[in-house]
Amino acid sequence: MADLKTNFAGIECPNPFWLASAPPTNTGYQVMNAFCAGWGGAVWKTLGKPVVNVSSRYSAVSYKNSRMIGLNNIELITDRPLEINLKEMKEVKERFPKHALIASMMFETKEEWQDCVKRCEDIGIDGFELNFGCPHGMCERGMGSAVGQNPDVCERITSWVTEVAKKPVIVKLTPNVTDITKPALAAQRGGAKAVSLINTINSVTGINIDTMEPNPSVGGLSTHGGYCGPAVKPIALNMLSEVRNHPDFHLPVSGIGGIESWQDAVEFFLMGASTVQVCTAVMHYGFRIIGDLKEGLNDYLDSHKMKKVSDLTGIAAKKLRKWEELDLNYKIIAHISPDTCIGCQLCYAACEDGAHQSITLVPGVRVPKIKEDTCVGCNLCSLVCPVENCITMVPAGAGKPKLVWADHPKNPNQLKSYKSLT
Amino acid sequence: MTENKFSSIKPRMTKTESLVEASRCLFCHDAPCIRACPTSIDVPMFIRQIMTHNVKGAAKTIFTQNILGKSCAHVCPTEVLCEGACVYNHLNERPINIGRLQACATDWAIENNICFFKKGLPTNKKIAVVGGGPAGLACAHRLTVLGHDVVVYEANEKAGGLNTYGVAPYKYTNKDSLQEVNYISEIGFEIKTNTPVNNAMIHELEKKYDAIFLGTGLGKSKKLNVSGENLKGVCGASEFIYELRKKEQKISVGEKVIVLGGGNTAIDAAVESSKLGADVTVIYRRSEKEQNAYFFEVELAKKNNVKFIYLASPLEILGKETTEGLKCIKNKLEKKNGSKKSEIIPIKDSEFVIPCNMVILATGQEKMINFYSSIPDLELNNGKILVNNFFQTKNPKYFAGGDCINGGKEVVNAVADGRDAACGIHEYLMKGKFNG
Ligand SMILES: Cc1cc2nc3c(=O)[nH]c(=O)nc-3n(C[C@H](O)[C@H](O)[C@H](O)COP(=O)(O)OP(=O)(O)OC[C@H]3O[C@@H](n4cnc5c(N)ncnc54)[C@H](O)[C@@H]3O)c2cc1C
Ligand SMILES: Cc1cc2nc3c(=O)[nH]c(=O)nc-3n(C[C@H](O)[C@H](O)[C@H](O)COP(=O)(O)O)c2cc1C
Ligand code: SF4
Repeated sequence: MADLKTNFAGIECPNPFWLASAPPTNTGYQVMNAFCAGWGGAVWKTLGKPVVNVSSRYSAVSYKNSRMIGLNNIELITDRPLEINLKEMKEVKERFPKHALIASMMFETKEEWQDCVKRCEDIGIDGFELNFGCPHGMCERGMGSAVGQNPDVCERITSWVTEVAKKPVIVKLTPNVTDITKPALAAQRGGAKAVSLINTINSVTGINIDTMEPNPSVGGLSTHGGYCGPAVKPIALNMLSEVRNHPDFHLPVSGIGGIESWQDAVEFFLMGASTVQVCTAVMHYGFRIIGDLKEGLNDYLDSHKMKKVSDLTGIAAKKLRKWEELDLNYKIIAHISPDTCIGCQLCYAACEDGAHQSITLVPGVRVPKIKEDTCVGCNLCSLVCPVENCITMVPAGAGKPKLVWADHPKNPNQLKSYKSLT
Repeated sequence: MTENKFSSIKPRMTKTESLVEASRCLFCHDAPCIRACPTSIDVPMFIRQIMTHNVKGAAKTIFTQNILGKSCAHVCPTEVLCEGACVYNHLNERPINIGRLQACATDWAIENNICFFKKGLPTNKKIAVVGGGPAGLACAHRLTVLGHDVVVYEANEKAGGLNTYGVAPYKYTNKDSLQEVNYISEIGFEIKTNTPVNNAMIHELEKKYDAIFLGTGLGKSKKLNVSGENLKGVCGASEFIYELRKKEQKISVGEKVIVLGGGNTAIDAAVESSKLGADVTVIYRRSEKEQNAYFFEVELAKKNNVKFIYLASPLEILGKETTEGLKCIKNKLEKKNGSKKSEIIPIKDSEFVIPCNMVILATGQEKMINFYSSIPDLELNNGKILVNNFFQTKNPKYFAGGDCINGGKEVVNAVADGRDAACGIHEYLMKGKFNG
């Protein structure tokens, strides 16, 4: 049995699975249910000045049989009075002293920020998360992603909070920037103890082509929203790798974005996260998915003879390099197993029309043939193949020494060997 | 009650069901399902169109290849055709439910009367189609698209052939069939019902028309040639089913019914009798694995409490005026060197009697040799009309297709024949292509 107990920037929790600040953490009722179900922490729905929400609020992207592979929302921060939220947070903390309860906040003035910090610490919360990420509504009022997109403002507001906070401060970053490392470093300079990423991505999920109104419709009009759910995971993983691999960035990261299964979580840990936060998957399936998340993570650690989650942190991030460092002499080619091939010939269509014309058909035979001399090893055929392990990519032309672009004879400006740099 | 019992065994999919099923399709290249369909419907394409909510486009894709795509969706033995070829079978996964998806699109188009074809530019050629079954209708439709004037002569009160008077009502109803006939003929060809073409009339048609298509199907049920065959309670399967379909299942059957035969028609008659309340036994002279009926049809019969006796032959139907029983003898099979099928050897002293009040003969249908013999130069093979690749008979003015050339296959084969025969007739009339 691995130990899932985690210490994140000084915050103790029974496991690294937190609920992200979102509708699942709206109320004390929900957070208590979540903790009973087994979640290790919760970031309360962002506290702030009073707001009013619209109806409707969500729209989604469904793909074939898969509902809601991406979710879009135009909701604001909590629309419940601060007093009620604080009262319920206190009740939660009293009943679940060992679970991590984080107060997410979004304010305008220094006084407002610092006042809320004190009131939260008075009721015993474990840490803060500064919402610099909401990409809709709040940013029009100079908050949310408007802060996260401006490193100077990000640093200043962070320091307002860290000035007074006794508990650790996490800064939640918006992905709606060209370089995620800039606001991450700003948060570090502002005294944050950790960052979390990503918040939602600017999005319009679609348009109702009958009414010609974008989704979700609020009486015939719409506004852009924030995109999340399984579809955003690749973007989140990339941004996580960028902050993790930045030489000047040293804070722990809470990974967020499309996490639904224990495998997703493991990927975030491998890419350098220390905890993970989940929203859409809970909005889709409820709190009870936590059982499988914990069990799966535990079994994975056991099977790799690892004792704790932190043993995973960042292993894969180290293997994510610049393109220039890749070996141009490494070669694989596709191989089709005739025994498992079902003869759909999707690989043929893909390679013929969409890749490198390296698959041929033999008249009367359903199993296609790879042209090994022209196959470039792009993977496409194995990606479209519906049968597990039917098309495998096998090494070809082994034995050649590593060759990077800097040393390649086709490089027009062979300046210096990259090899010598690494 | 009976209404209920005969309700469709492939009920209509809901929209959600159809979308879920459609999205399972892999969209194979050179798809095996297309190859397995005698009319070569572009199955992956119409399924994709259903998936993108383009049901109209799906219907067009289907009807372009097969104007009887609706009846085929409901009556085709898809398990041995398109669905049998689905690559999912190799994955030990359930194949795509192609038949029911096809029904979604074609039912919708016909119910909303969405037509995709119109009569072609007039060629001033006149063609008579003898028989308003699937073969005749498919031929007439394609000929009209090509611009010819077509008249269909149909002996029965209603057109549709065995779709109206033969296939099991839990697959296809009279209403379905007649609605389909109307939908197809709306393009602009005439159907003269109650008009059997007899030996004299065919010569008149020959003078009036530039070409004649024969889509006459098969004849009456074969006789057994055992004593007692004329007793009350003995009938042929196709005649029994004809009555059943004509009276929309409002017929009565004996308490104990015996069906003789091992093909799909025997199964249909047995299941239908069972649904009408009879205790039904099918008797087949060979073994279970030799019967022609599809395995899924036999399964259906077993689900409907039909019993099977294999390796027994009828000797005599017993009774004074009405049927009281059937005397049979047990058989054994002996493999003879060289021959594919083993020989049936009656076992001495193994006679037995089963009491019953009805015997349905499903041991094959006759060919209409008498009618064919009135057409000069028509050549037959085993009673089946002989045609070339253009579906042209030895008499160049006559073309033929469907059960009358293949001896009895499926609706979809008849449709393919009719459609392709229309192209043959077109070539012949417009380019003077002759029987070579
Ligand atoms: C009991 C039974 C069940 C079946 N079930 C199925 C099934 O589930 N699925 C499937 O795919 N197939 C089934 N079949 C087979 C299918 O019905 C036939 O293959 C198909 O109908 C053949 O079409 P056709 O046009 O060649 O002949 P038919 O459908 O027989 O049509 C021939 C038409 O020609 C008319 N006709 C004949 N002679 C003349 C004449 N001299 N003058 C005017 N009109 C004439 C007849 O009245 C008839 O309407 C079944 C067959 C039977 C007997
Ligand atoms: C293999 C691959 C190569 C691409 N190469 C280019 C490129 O050379 N130039 C470019 O402008 N976009 C390139 N793109 C991006 C596509 O043009 C497109 O913007 C992107 O894939 C999003 O569209 P999609 O979701 O339909 O794939 C490439 C995409 C793929 C999948
Ligand atoms: S790996 Fe790429 S190039 Fe090679 S056969 Fe597959 S699709 Fe074609």
